[in-house]
Amino acid sequence: MFRFIVRRLLQMVLAFFGTTLIVYALMFAGQGDPIQALAGERPVTAAQRAYLTEKYHLDATGIGGFFYRYFDYISNLLRGDLGESLTGRSIGDILAAAWPVTIRLALIAIAVAVIFGVTAGVLAGIRRASIFDNATLLLTLLVLGIPTIVLAPLAQYFLGVKWQVFPPTAGADPDFFALLLPGIVLGSLSLATALRLTRTSVAENLRADYVRTARSKGLPNRRVVSVHVLRNSLIPVITFLGVEVGNLMSGAIITEGVFNIPGVGFNLFRGIRTEDGPLVVGIVSVLVVVYLVSNLVVDVLYAVLDPRIRYE
Amino acid sequence: MSQHAVRPTPASPTPPDGHLLEVRDLHVEFRTGEGVAKVINGVSYHLDPGETLAVLGESGSGKSVTAQAIMGILDTPPAHISSGEIRYSGQDLLSLAEEQRRQIRGRDIAMIFQDALSALNPVFPVGWQIGETLRQRLGMSRADARRRSVELMDLVQIPGAASRLGDYPHQFSGGMRQRVMIAMALAMEPKVLIADEPTTALDVTVQAQIMDLLADLRRDLNMAMILITHDLGVVADVADRIAVMYAGRIVEHADVRSLYRAPAHPYTKGLLNSIPRLDQRGGKLSTIRGLPPNLMRIPSGCPFHPRCPYVQQVCVDVVPHDLILGDGRTSACHFAQEVRDDRAG
Repeated sequence: MFRFIVRRLLQMVLAFFGTTLIVYALMFAGQGDPIQALAGERPVTAAQRAYLTEKYHLDATGIGGFFYRYFDYISNLLRGDLGESLTGRSIGDILAAAWPVTIRLALIAIAVAVIFGVTAGVLAGIRRASIFDNATLLLTLLVLGIPTIVLAPLAQYFLGVKWQVFPPTAGADPDFFALLLPGIVLGSLSLATALRLTRTSVAENLRADYVRTARSKGLPNRRVVSVHVLRNSLIPVITFLGVEVGNLMSGAIITEGVFNIPGVGFNLFRGIRTEDGPLVVGIVSVLVVVYLVSNLVVDVLYAVLDPRIRYE
Repeated sequence: MSQHAVRPTPASPTPPDGHLLEVRDLHVEFRTGEGVAKVINGVSYHLDPGETLAVLGESGSGKSVTAQAIMGILDTPPAHISSGEIRYSGQDLLSLAEEQRRQIRGRDIAMIFQDALSALNPVFPVGWQIGETLRQRLGMSRADARRRSVELMDLVQIPGAASRLGDYPHQFSGGMRQRVMIAMALAMEPKVLIADEPTTALDVTVQAQIMDLLADLRRDLNMAMILITHDLGVVADVADRIAVMYAGRIVEHADVRSLYRAPAHPYTKGLLNSIPRLDQRGGKLSTIRGLPPNLMRIPSGCPFHPRCPYVQQVCVDVVPHDLILGDGRTSACHFAQEVRDDRAG
């Protein structure tokens, strides 16, 4: 296991450099005049231009210049300096403010998926082909079929604006209640997937030979299901939810956009829209790390849950 | 080796006039979308304390289904017991409530399965799985259950039992895994042990070890055993009586010696003839022609008639009843005596 983790960490280094390089190239390589982009519509004086050229190492041109600037950026990044956005704010500060909001939103979404998705999935799996099973199947199909870009505004309109059950937007520094509706919307997709995964897994495990063995030991049905079947059935579900936590941590661009939640996805979207290169590259670099680490955690968790899995 | 790890069973619970376990005219159907498969069609057999009954037959002959019906672990649906009785100590198990049946499972009648790798739960250590029965059924403490699990693992001759409690099923060899399975079944000192093809998934050398172990344990613990198998070689040394099953019926029932000496049903005869013999090298292996019937369309008359070398018109028209041949032997064949006396076939 130790060797596996070390190997994965080394792979992560490669993946990190690869992805940051690509994102950096996409944001900056094709840019016409970065100094004018920085200044926007206003004119740039010769003195300002000379200062900025010096500051951002824009005097080196071509591929060499690009890599020079990339490594300069990376070395700052590795020292923990994410740089400044075009608006002059520290990207580190932006992320520090955005992340807690995104994490809270992600936790609500995951909680929704676990509480409703896994529970309903277990019940549907036990009572396969029942009314409950068919109803959940239909509902999840509906949820999986509606993209978030439709579901989020619909939920906002009906529950937020028309019936006013929830606040329609979150705004700056949102509390738990303000994040509840976006969390449910965000979690509904994970809920549907978790439900289907749990259902299939439970139904499959109920037919397993070891269930027959457990029954022949004279264990009550309750125990056979809640201990033997569940412990096995939840392995793929927990793995899925682990990956999902990683995904949600990196922010939900659409949901955060629709409900005006100042999270990571919201800032990333704003960065892309305003062509704020440093902001986009900064956020993506951090997201890459979050994503890689969460995937590693899921792989390790998988081995812990299933003793048959050994990484060597 | 702790010889007395498991106490010998107390005086037999059998009523003086009856058998320890008796299956009477059992009928089981599988009701599926494609139709009804008649899997068990009037099976009757009995088991007395301390004896070994071998139930022999091809896959799909219904031997495992009968065993699962005795245990009460048939998957319902699709399986339905349409009629019959299963009496244990004189009590009809099929008339009991599920909770009462559950009490009997494992405590009075225990079962071991064919493939121990899939029959054991992959995510729990074996010590936990053996101890689970003790903790849940007997209310033992964790420590006591642990101690007892080691004793049971010693009993089935797993080397270094104490150090292997925490190992998972996949960390054991096939033979050791089957021993774990046996230890688990013995946890509550059952009076009847049903072994459903316990050696099928194992190497030949290991097969013999497991069969010897089962025979020894049966004797030492004074259990009765139902040994389900399709392997005639396995049966000869261990069993007292043999019931041969075909298409959900018992076609022949006899003590081991007379059945091997002179089978009284063409199917049994075919099975015995298909065992490769050292004194007939070079020749073609003898087989039973044809395939077992589709249980949704069992042939008329004797279900074996399409494959039978002795077939006559009466076999197509009339279902044969059990012909009593003396010494407790029966054969469901219209020509049982002729078959028995025909040494050539």
